[in-house]
Amino acid sequence: MKAKVQVFLKPGVLDVQGKAIEGALHGLGFSGVDHVRVGKTIEFDLAASDRGKAEAELKDMCERLLANTVIESYRVEVA
Amino acid sequence: MKAAVIVFPGSNCDRDCAVGVERATGATVEMIWHAEPQLPKGLDLIVLPGGFSYGDYLRCGAMAAQSPVMKAVVAAANDGVPTLGICNGFQILCEARLLPGALLRNEKLKYICKPVDLEIVNGNTRFTAAFGERRTARMTIGNGEGNFFAGEDLLNRLEGEGQVVFRYANENPNGSARNIAGIINQQGNVLGMMPHPDRAFEAELGSADGAVLFRSVLG
Repeated sequence: MKAKVQVFLKPGVLDVQGKAIEGALHGLGFSGVDHVRVGKTIEFDLAASDRGKAEAELKDMCERLLANTVIESYRVEVA
Repeated sequence: MKAAVIVFPGSNCDRDCAVGVERATGATVEMIWHAEPQLPKGLDLIVLPGGFSYGDYLRCGAMAAQSPVMKAVVAAANDGVPTLGICNGFQILCEARLLPGALLRNEKLKYICKPVDLEIVNGNTRFTAAFGERRTARMTIGNGEGNFFAGEDLLNRLEGEGQVVFRYANENPNGSARNIAGIINQQGNVLGMMPHPDRAFEAELGSADGAVLFRSVLG
């Protein structure tokens, strides 16, 4: 299976990179841009027999390593 | 007295920590490579040094927190061995969940390297006792991700229980919540701090306050 994990800073945690990018986009004339958040995507192959198990495993990976849940939230996708 | 400095790939203050601790206290310092599954017996101090362990991959300190030696460090810290994380070492302690909270990118996105004045908020820890009645210290910071973050409840608890050990005194260089520069765990044996005592261990370096900290814990 193909696993995709997206990690973002939680709402309420200042995303300084997002803010800087937002400022730069405004500078380029994209004045409608608001609330830019910068995250990361982690993709990998995962050997798993069914989707439920894969999602449970991904959640465990996020809680223990891929995200720091003090400051980050995550989304997992399996395809 | 015996201390260990943990060396991760990408640590760059490990020698400074070793020399600082040796000169300030006369302790024997062993350098322990991150792949070691065990620590020497009878340690009086474990230091996690500054630097860019594992190239700051994923998050600062995240990979180091999973390295083999950290299982032994966590066990020793839970056993009461004094453990000091400086800069990247502080980030590693948070990622290893030996300390609460997390360190974010600096508010202004800049790497900041300069001496800062600190308020010693709690002078009754094993790391600060030798400061006596003094309530200020000066040490250098050098970080891009030193912006301490924790939820309001946790911040209140840290302050209420004396776990905030150092605060930035005059200006907040990086956006840290409540000007926090260093915190200690509830048991009082694990200290994480962004300022570098290892860059302030003799007057020629601009400050010898780091030596006072090392002598506190190994005195």
